[in-house]
Amino acid sequence: MTAALRPTPSACPACAAAPAAEALAARALPDARIALSLPTIHCGACISKIETALNAHPDVRSARVNLTLKRASIDAAPEVTAEDMRTLVEGLGYEAHELDAGTLSATATDKAGRDLLMRLAVAGFASMNVMLLSVSVWSGAEAATRDLFHWISAAITLPAIAFAGVPFFRNAWSALRHGRLNMDVPITLAILLAVVMSLWETSLSGEHAYFDAAIALTFFLLAGRYLDHRSRAIARSAAEELTALEVPRATRLRDGVEEVVGIAELAVGDLILVRPGGRMPVDGEVVSGTSELDRSLLTGETLPVFAGEGQAVSAGEVNLTGPLTIRATAVGAETSLHRMADLVAIAESGRSRYTSLADRAAKLYAPGVHILSGLSFIGWYLYTWDLRTALNIAAAVLIITCPCALGLAVPAVTTAASGRLFRRGMLIKHETALERLAQVDTVVFDKTGTLTTGTPRLTNGEGLPRNAMELALALSQASAHPLAQAITRAAREGGVAAAKVTDITEVPGYGTKGVIDGQEVRLGRASWVGATPRPETATYLRRGKAAPVAFTFADALRPGAEEAVAALVKQGKRVILMSGDTTPAVEALSERLGITEWMAEALPADKAARVTALRDQGARVLMVGDGLNDTAALAAAHVSISPASALDAARVASDIVLLGNDLSTIGAACETAKSATRRIRENFRIATVYNIIAVPLAVAGLCSPLIAALAMSLSSITVSLNALRLR
Amino acid sequence: MNILAYLIPISLILGGVGLVAFVYTVRSNQYDDPEGDSRRILSNEWDDRPKP
Repeated sequence: MTAALRPTPSACPACAAAPAAEALAARALPDARIALSLPTIHCGACISKIETALNAHPDVRSARVNLTLKRASIDAAPEVTAEDMRTLVEGLGYEAHELDAGTLSATATDKAGRDLLMRLAVAGFASMNVMLLSVSVWSGAEAATRDLFHWISAAITLPAIAFAGVPFFRNAWSALRHGRLNMDVPITLAILLAVVMSLWETSLSGEHAYFDAAIALTFFLLAGRYLDHRSRAIARSAAEELTALEVPRATRLRDGVEEVVGIAELAVGDLILVRPGGRMPVDGEVVSGTSELDRSLLTGETLPVFAGEGQAVSAGEVNLTGPLTIRATAVGAETSLHRMADLVAIAESGRSRYTSLADRAAKLYAPGVHILSGLSFIGWYLYTWDLRTALNIAAAVLIITCPCALGLAVPAVTTAASGRLFRRGMLIKHETALERLAQVDTVVFDKTGTLTTGTPRLTNGEGLPRNAMELALALSQASAHPLAQAITRAAREGGVAAAKVTDITEVPGYGTKGVIDGQEVRLGRASWVGATPRPETATYLRRGKAAPVAFTFADALRPGAEEAVAALVKQGKRVILMSGDTTPAVEALSERLGITEWMAEALPADKAARVTALRDQGARVLMVGDGLNDTAALAAAHVSISPASALDAARVASDIVLLGNDLSTIGAACETAKSATRRIRENFRIATVYNIIAVPLAVAGLCSPLIAALAMSLSSITVSLNALRLR
Repeated sequence: MNILAYLIPISLILGGVGLVAFVYTVRSNQYDDPEGDSRRILSNEWDDRPKP
């Protein structure tokens, strides 16, 4: 925009000012970067269709669709909103959701993964070349030729290890600085000792140089690291995408003008408008409007609660029927949503610390390796009084025992297993979640939103008189209330036609009313209609002075819930149902699913306490839940699962997220976790067998570089193949 | 054995070319969307001239 800064010869000051102002505006407003999630795209035609349409929009600078991530990233002029882009793409017939670009930016460039890949490539290149040279040495190169080959190997290996080995050196250094030993300490020691030893041998034109072993070791171990990193990065980016789907915005009323702002900008005392279907962004008090609130995510109750002026509302509740204006009483970290975080922190501090199989193996392994190689050094030194021989043998022992197969044993299996579960719609968030899932013997389910979908279903539709259904349909059609929608659905399925009701109006918070043949008909809450309330979820219809008719509802089961419970019971696990809902509702559901142990009207703290009690009795608890009231219990359990529809806080607290709607994968996941853990143990056993065969050779001084290379490659390949056998 | 003086540098250079090519593909984000790129190549949108 240098043109604007140059003094223009124009006589008209406004002409000169206009471009300058434009330049200023362009600088002040950064370009909008919009990310959309496109879950249904699947082919090359989808890509070009969406890209062409987006690029044709006048304000879009560039748009690119990523088919692997099923995402579109759009660079557009500042005035373009994500909503415009979403409607544009939906107009093309594709499902689209806005993603919070700020949350996603962390995964956009996976720097660590790229770094590892680069090091892996260098190590692979170097190890292949050094191996070629080594083959000729093994097959009998002598004297000057052997020395030349050793020197060339050294020239390739030294810079390659200096670059590729950095992740191990860094980890080992940070462990040693804190006075601990981890798997990387013997790795680093083996690599460094092998290189130094080989250099020394080469300079004395010796026979044994371990350059090939040192670089191959680096290559195999980096491959394990990279697998590990990838499976974690996939899980992390999927979890972040779930979080990014909820764009935190609220409609603030200021001097009667509505403006949409980010939740972070809200302050105590602000007036906020919450439309029907919207979620309360903050804690507050209703200033005007009447409606009903769905609290199921917070308390597990399925029955909507009436909300009128002066009523306190909590963040996370869903407004159902009428628009509400609330005054914020607590924002951000002070809201009840965040206060629940304290409960989670307490529950988490009590969670038994789980040490992964790999860590347990490393704890046994690392000291053992050092002691063994130290002992063989001392032994050989006392026997021969030759420092060179003793060091040579110590290096050989370190290389042979180096946890090459161990480094691959766990990542290869977890990558295979979590990839398999991911395709079935399960996201493994925590690295040891699979191992913990394999130990589970007790499963605790939440009811609302977990075993049930949270959407009601009419239960007594068959037994109701037809004219009552016709009247109810006429009234319920006009409402967006979940109970009304359930009636509409049931009536349409039953082929009922709506009665001719006139003057239909919805009274937010109470129900819907209308007039037929001069008589008033009402459909709504018991008190408003004049009926005696029943214990279960129900709505009531009354025509004139006639006796009210009750429509009762039950929560619809989530698909796969019955199969999941049946599979878990068949596996011999104890299944418990814990809910914040009323006793009859919980009892009915547990009977339907065949769950013998249940607990109703549980407060969040009750749930967490019950899970802790089970844990203290020695049970390994799997908690499956979605609501805020489950969050503390999710954190307290041995391992936890939440559906993708769960509240953000619940998803964060759980180890595994179910991406699909179907629960039946839980049973299969337990089986997969078990077989994965079995494979890991098998892999450890294979690695140990190799060590048992090769270590005596190394200690006896019989190990040549050829044997070291063979043992290492064979054990690594066996372990990887064994991991791929996972079903 | 003089042939080694040619063969070893040649093998190293060829390997090095492969490594540099790989590093270039990583740097230029060619692994970001493997699935999409494999479909894009089949579309005839930019067959006549390169994408501006």
